[in-house]
Formats: sequence, structure tokens, C-alpha cells
Amino acid sequence: MNVSQTVPPRTKSFLSASRLGSGFGSAIAKLSREPLGMFGFIVLLLLVVIAIFAPLIAPYSPTAQNLSNVLKPPSWTHWAGTDEFGRDILSRLIFGTRITVQTVLAVTVIVGPLGMLIGIVAGFVGGRTDAILMRITDIVLSFPSLILALAFAAALGAGLETAIIAISLTGWPPIARLARAETLIVRNTDYVAAARLYGASPLRLLFRYIAPMCIPSVVVRLTMNMAGIILTAAALGFLGLGAQPPAPEWGAMISSGRKFMLDNWWVAVMPGIAILVTSLAFNLAGDALRDILDPRHARS
Amino acid sequence: MKEFTFIELGRRIGQLLLSLFVLLLVTFVIGRVLPTDPVGAIVGELADPATYEAMRQRLGLDLPIYQQFWIYLTSMVQGDLGTAILTGNPVVNDLRAAFPATLELATLAVVLSTVIGVPLGMTAAFFRDSWFDQFARVISLVGHSIPVFWFGIVGLVIFYATLNWVGGPGRIDIYLEGLVEPQTGLLLIDSLLVGDYEVFWNAVSHIILPACILAYSAMAYITRMTRSFTLEQLNQDYVIAARAKGASNWRIVSGHLLPNIAVQLVTVLAIAYGGLLEGAVVTEVVFSWPGIGQYMTNALMIGDMNAVVAATLIIGIIFMVLNFLSDLAYLVLDPRTREVTT
Repeated sequence: MNVSQTVPPRTKSFLSASRLGSGFGSAIAKLSREPLGMFGFIVLLLLVVIAIFAPLIAPYSPTAQNLSNVLKPPSWTHWAGTDEFGRDILSRLIFGTRITVQTVLAVTVIVGPLGMLIGIVAGFVGGRTDAILMRITDIVLSFPSLILALAFAAALGAGLETAIIAISLTGWPPIARLARAETLIVRNTDYVAAARLYGASPLRLLFRYIAPMCIPSVVVRLTMNMAGIILTAAALGFLGLGAQPPAPEWGAMISSGRKFMLDNWWVAVMPGIAILVTSLAFNLAGDALRDILDPRHARS
Repeated sequence: MKEFTFIELGRRIGQLLLSLFVLLLVTFVIGRVLPTDPVGAIVGELADPATYEAMRQRLGLDLPIYQQFWIYLTSMVQGDLGTAILTGNPVVNDLRAAFPATLELATLAVVLSTVIGVPLGMTAAFFRDSWFDQFARVISLVGHSIPVFWFGIVGLVIFYATLNWVGGPGRIDIYLEGLVEPQTGLLLIDSLLVGDYEVFWNAVSHIILPACILAYSAMAYITRMTRSFTLEQLNQDYVIAARAKGASNWRIVSGHLLPNIAVQLVTVLAIAYGGLLEGAVVTEVVFSWPGIGQYMTNALMIGDMNAVVAATLIIGIIFMVLNFLSDLAYLVLDPRTREVTT
């Protein structure tokens, strides 16, 4: 038998240092060549800053009513106009970023680890466990997620928490699939074999050696999915199943502005622009992140 | 070869049935287990204990959970989806009445998005990195990011309230309602069948805006996928060979590219169609479109879980069957999946 055939092929370098360790500086340099991606990141950064400093930035209170000043069009005193209770729409949008950021963080914290756990266990253990876990993943993936989220929110009662749970319940399968695919590649690499030789326990292998390698692609995928998650959350809010009034949730604001849309367009239009910009930013940032962190799947 | 296909077909059908079973289980949990007090939702908070208990027994909630699930399962399979609180009709009848409106809207949207999205994606791939490609990318990015219910409102404000180019909310103007006897339930087809062009054009003016709005998000997806399929093919030897033979761009597209990406496109279109049925739910609310989506959201508002669960089930089943059919199309249309065996 030819000896050279038994030498395993080297796994391509995307697993090694070049993917993670190319340095923060070069990532920024790559990003600067992607003006749209840069724009996406800046918007997201702004979103977080606005959410943190909302009380300092907002010119008015988001809930203070002023019935002598209702449904005023955009002007120098109220940049985005006022709503049917005379509340300043811009201030409500600014405080609304808190709900958006909260939703995004909560869904990420639930969906990311859950999807990764299912994916890497399936990929690492293999066999029947893998078959069962992936079957479940495929089934949940084949569900219509918005409809299911609607039904869940209806059963559990409206509210921001239920909306987050409902979205998370159908949000994990793409992450699980991705984590499994990555695990299948990493599992046979030399450094994992070496760790195994040193006597690392399966749990240690999973969490110290395999899971970290899945994180970049999971982050990319989460960022890209976040645009859809924001739209679903806004749709739930629009249908009255998300955060409850008087909370300045963007989808709910559109819903209440709908009643006045023909004469007072700004009440419904302004929150929609906020949703569009945020969702667009996530899409752009996700695309750029993918190109930087995950050259294999780079935009062709 | 034949044998393989049959085994594969059986496997896919088994998967579909398993998925449907899980969907039933999930809807059971949503409708019967999650609500904290389904009895109270029906009899009201002030009901005396005897009434409460009677209703509890009538709903079968005193039985063990697995028996409840079995009863649920058998009645669902027999097409008994319960009674709607809002209308007092069997939910099945309500859904049957509402379905054609959703079907009409989603189908028109999928046709529009395909007719525009496929050529757009192919052209973008052909002129990769050109201004047109960038333009197509922006169009599809915005389509992925836009909240469809908001876009619908903006559309109504511009094209209905301001320009008055299209009909407003609803399927048809009120004074024309009920003039055409429903045969298929699809208003556009029914009115053509009896030759009532006034109704037809009025219905067109009402459906065109929601259909375009709905089509846009699907088009974004179709464009992006078509572009990447086409790019994949453009690098293949056979395209280069055809080019070398002097085939025109049009010849390459119609004779070589389209047949080769057709199978992948069918899958994408099936997924897009399923997505449209889902997107129709919020769009219907904005346009007061009397379809399943509006029915479901009305039921949500009053906590009518029978109707909510049934609508979820129906849309879920259609969604899954579409997925299944597109898988099947792959098996039938793609010669490669057939030749591997024997």
C-alpha cells in the first residue's frame, strides 16, 4: 500500500490563526474598503449609544402628553412631529431604541447558545443523537416562523417577553445547522486530536476546543438573521402582541399611527424609517462581517 | 434507478408526515396547554364553579393530557377544527371562505416577484460589479430590510390617498360587492368567467398595490438567489464553450443557463411562495384584505384560540407541503439525483 495515501489531507487554513488572529487592525482596514458595511456598523453603534443615553439625547419625555399640541407635522421644535397625544415622536423613537436593543440582545443570548449547543453536540457526538437533533432542527426550520410566533404570543399573552420567547423558539435552527457543520470540520483537526491525547474530557473538548471555533460563523449568521428578527418583532408589535402601550415600541407606534395615516402621515411613517434603517444596518453589517470573518462564504 | 426514486420518495413522505405530526403537537401545546385558563376565557371570570366545571368537562380538560392530545389529533385529521367564537361558525367553514382571498393575493405576488426578480438577478450576474449589479443589490437589500406592513401604509398614503391611482383597502369597492357569484372564490377569475369587466378592473385596482408590496420582499430573495445561481453557472465550461462557439447572450441564457438553474429556482420559488403566505398575514391587516391573515389576527385580538390554532395549522401545512413539493421537484427534475444510483 502506498504510504503517502495514509497521510490525511491538511484542513484548509480558514480554521487556523488566519481567520481569527489576523488582527483587529486588518479587520478595520478590510471594513474601510466596504463603505456600505462601514455604514451598517456605524448605524448599529449609534443605535446602542442612543439606547444607553436616551434620556440625555431625547428632547422631550417619550410619554408626556400635551393635548394642546397633537398631530403636529415635523417642525424645528418637533423634528418628527407629534402623535395623537401630543407626544414628541422623535423622543419616542429615541426611547424605542432601548426596546429594539433589548430585543436584539435577548434573542441573541437565547438563540446563539441554544443553537450552538444543539449544533455542536449533534456534530461532535454524531450517530443517533445527531440524526434526532438534526431531524428536530429541520422540522422547526420548516415551520412558518412568523405565524408560529403569532400563535405563541397569543397563547402566552401579549408582551415584550413573550414576543422575545416566541421569536427565539423558531430562531435557533439555522444556528444549530451552522454550528454542526463547523463542528464536523473542526472535530477531525490535529489540535483536537492532540487535546484528546492529553486526556481532555469530552466536555472540555466541546467547550474549550470546538465551540470557540464555531463562534465567528455563528456571529455572522446571527447578525444577518437579526434583520429578519427585528422585522418579526416589529410585526408582532404592529399586531399588538409585542411591548404594550405606552411603551414606544416602533411597530406599535406604526399601528397607532395607522388611524391617522391619510391626514397625518408622519405618525406612521417615522417609526417605519427607524425600523428600515436598523434592519438595513444589520443586513449591511452582516454582509461585511461575513466577508471579513468567513472568507469561504464571501459574497461571490 | 426507479427503485431508488421510490425509496427516496417514501423517505420524503415519511419526513413530511413526521413534520405534520410535530406541527399538530406544537399547535396542541399552543392552543390547549399554554393558555393559563382556557375555560375562564370562554365562560368569563364571574361564572359559578358549576358552570366552570361543566365547561371544563365539555372541553375535555379533565382528561389526562395524552388523551386530550389523542382527541385533538383525531378531530383535526377528520377536519373538525372546532367552532370560532367570533363568528359562531365551524372554523373550517370560515377558513374555507377566507382562503381564496389569501391565495389570490399571494399567487399574484409570487408571479410578479418571479417575472421581475429572475431577469433582474440574471442581468445582475451577467454584468457583475457593474452599476446595474450594485443597483440590484441595493434593491434587494432594501427589500430584505423593509417592514412590509409599513411599506403597505406608505403605499396607501402615496398611491391611494394622494395620487388616487389604485383602489383603497378591501378586495373591491363596496357598491360592487356581491355582484359576482363566487365560483372559484378568486375574484379576478370569477369576474372574468361571467364577463363582468367592471368588477374585474375594480378588483385589479384593489389587488395591485398589496400584491406589489408583498411581491417586493419575495423579489429581493428571488433576485439574490438567481444572481448567485447564475454566477455559479457562468463559470462553468459549457458556458465558455457556448461563448466560444459564438452563441449570443440571449442564446446562452435561454438555451443553456435557464435549464440549468431551473431546478434550483423551483425550490426558491416554493420557499418564496410559502413566505408570501406568511407575509400576507400582516399585509392583509393593513389592506383590510378578507383573507386568512386578517381572520387570524381578528381571532388573536379576542383570544379565540380555536381559530388561531386552525389558521396556524393551515398555513403550516401549506408551508410544509410546498417544501415537500419543491424537494420532489428536485428529485424529478434534476437528472443528477437520478443517475447516481443503479
